[in-house]
Amino acid sequence: MKRLFPILSIVTVALLGYALYLALVVAPADALQGEVYRIIYYHVPSAWTAFLLFFINFVASIRYLTRSKASTENAAKWVAIGIGVAGLVAPFLPPVRRLIPAGMEPSAVATTIVLIPALYFLVGKLFPGDRLDVLAVTSAEVGIVFCTIVLITGPLWARPVWGIWWAPGDIRLTSTLVLWLIYVSYLVLRRFSNSAQTQMLAAALAVFGALDVPLVYLSIWFFRTQHPQPVIGGGGSMDPRMLHVLLFSWGAFLLFGFLVCWSRFRLELLKREVEQAHAMESLAGAEDSEKASLPLSRSAR
Amino acid sequence: MTSFWAVLSATLVKDIRLEWRSKDALNSMLFFSLLVVVIFVFSFDPLAEESRHIVGGLVWVAFLFAAVVALNQTWARELRNQVLDAYRVSPAPANALFLAKSVGNFLFVSVLEALMTPLFIVFYNLHVLGPAWQLIPIALLGTWALVVNGTFFAAMSLRTRNREIMLPLLLFPISIPAILGMVAGTTAVLTGENSAHFYIVLLLTYDVVFTTASLALFGTILHAE
Amino acid sequence: MSASASGPAGASTITVRNVIKQFGRFAALRGVSAEFDPGRFHAILGDNGAGKTTLLRGLAGLAQPTQGTISIFGKSPRDACRDIGYMAHPSLLYDEMSGMENLRYFAGLYGLKSHARCEEAIRAVGLDPELTRGVGQYSQGMRQRMSLARAILHDPRLLLLDEPFSNVDVHSAREMVGLLRGMRDAGKTVFVVTHQALLLEGAADEFVWMQAGQIVDRTATAERGRAQ
Repeated sequence: MKRLFPILSIVTVALLGYALYLALVVAPADALQGEVYRIIYYHVPSAWTAFLLFFINFVASIRYLTRSKASTENAAKWVAIGIGVAGLVAPFLPPVRRLIPAGMEPSAVATTIVLIPALYFLVGKLFPGDRLDVLAVTSAEVGIVFCTIVLITGPLWARPVWGIWWAPGDIRLTSTLVLWLIYVSYLVLRRFSNSAQTQMLAAALAVFGALDVPLVYLSIWFFRTQHPQPVIGGGGSMDPRMLHVLLFSWGAFLLFGFLVCWSRFRLELLKREVEQAHAMESLAGAEDSEKASLPLSRSAR
Repeated sequence: MTSFWAVLSATLVKDIRLEWRSKDALNSMLFFSLLVVVIFVFSFDPLAEESRHIVGGLVWVAFLFAAVVALNQTWARELRNQVLDAYRVSPAPANALFLAKSVGNFLFVSVLEALMTPLFIVFYNLHVLGPAWQLIPIALLGTWALVVNGTFFAAMSLRTRNREIMLPLLLFPISIPAILGMVAGTTAVLTGENSAHFYIVLLLTYDVVFTTASLALFGTILHAE
Repeated sequence: MSASASGPAGASTITVRNVIKQFGRFAALRGVSAEFDPGRFHAILGDNGAGKTTLLRGLAGLAQPTQGTISIFGKSPRDACRDIGYMAHPSLLYDEMSGMENLRYFAGLYGLKSHARCEEAIRAVGLDPELTRGVGQYSQGMRQRMSLARAILHDPRLLLLDEPFSNVDVHSAREMVGLLRGMRDAGKTVFVVTHQALLLEGAADEFVWMQAGQIVDRTATAERGRAQ
């Protein structure tokens, strides 16, 4: 375990370096945008990693909220199983199949949805009890870092391509910004809470945030149909070489995100252990002082 | 179940009675809203044509500010003398308290809106080009959207340091889709250029989702120390 | 008088087991374990910051223990809330409403609709139900009494009182002690957190001393308390 971390770190650096090489040298230039498009090899993997981390935060928060009562935990478990079964079957049914955008395999959609309950049970298995909350903080913090990268690289790309830094009608950029705002407010709450049950409050807010995401997406999706749209370059399918580089880059980013999460997780765990030890230490101290000052307290009567 | 509605109505009546006796929030809110409207008039002085496009945004921003000030007041009353603890040790259902507070805030903010709207109409020479009746569902659903989450997050921010500033920090990010719905919907009706149907459906969805979520989680928030 | 006091153990007692209450780096309760018999008058004494109030809030179900369990008559404090009457240091009353209006609202929270029950509670603490002044304009002593009336409104078996005699003149305090003793004699369990031990001399059945988040001593004076 101790040795795994440095080994993984070296592997990550190597992979990130190779991904950079692929992105800058190997991947072909875009027919419309030229060289500037290469930023997507950082932009898109960061976005996917951030979304994954936010989703982990949601799962951990749900598990944390439901774990106090056996009945709600059971209900949540069956909902997760239900989503899995529905996700496995539904994409192959003709009426649903028509809704899936062209170029997407139903089996791919099914696999993605089945990942939801898989993640739900995995998180429950690997992070018992209060570790769920530690996981929630960790994933939110690291998620925000990746999300910030997305929000910086997005306008950097938009400026030369669209001629403007920011398009309020752009659904992906704007909903990412709202997502970023929601999770920043999540961290602000954790920071300023003086409750003994900050974890509960934060978990509740995380659920609200997650419920908000589809609505944000929906609202901006409709909003933009009424507003002039910047031309998004290169519709249609991606060059397979580009896709290959993109996926490789994502792999490297995922590993990097995992490493950062891991060390942040250990740090947070350590911090809490120190806090507990501190409280326990003063407990031991109280036992010592008790003998010394007991007669005094009696005489006070 | 009867006790749920009994507690809800008793709490609502109690809140209205307390508000009526002190009139603290109502008076300061009215004046605050008037100030916001007047400042907007000085800041944006458009022609009637343009004003249709921007007034939807101005109105809702003004309502949003007014609502935040009002929402901060609702729980302040329960904090004085720690009355909230008396509720917490009683067997009364948490959601009755939540709904009573939400309905109370809804009435309160609606009154404010009803009084502010004529001011906007007068100052900006508005007259509606689209189907005006659609403004009513937009206003009702939009106000409920602000108030239901606002009541929930105001209760949450009771458990934080600097409670008053926490409310907007928690409420605004979550409210963005609702605000977008209200503003765009109102603009659509005022200009008559687009249909506002989608926004009404959006607000309705938002209200249903977050009312359910608040009711499911409020007990946890109330009983967290 | 108090023949109903000793029932079967567990379901009838108030049990605190290994309770730790941690606020960040500070533990207000550091492993409290105790069993309290019902139908007795317990006085919890100790310096400021000894954890008295936290223990009382734990018993009332207002504070969740970080570790350990609290059981009130065999139930969790939240489930036993109908059996618990809690009076805090602040009044837990709305200043702008009269005593009667306050009590009617809180009676509603317990599903009680009877007007007479509220009047009875107000008379029991020696106040006049007809007072129309807002509670905020009461004297400190009257407010404490009204607060006690709120706590006993639903006829709880267990009374938890936090500093009921602070800022109250000695005469009123003695009257309140007499009232509490009467409730004990009627079979109720009474906990009083205070640092005015002298007032409870002769009234309390047991003195519980707390220090630095632990119970350090318990002295029963039961013989005298029962004999009367």
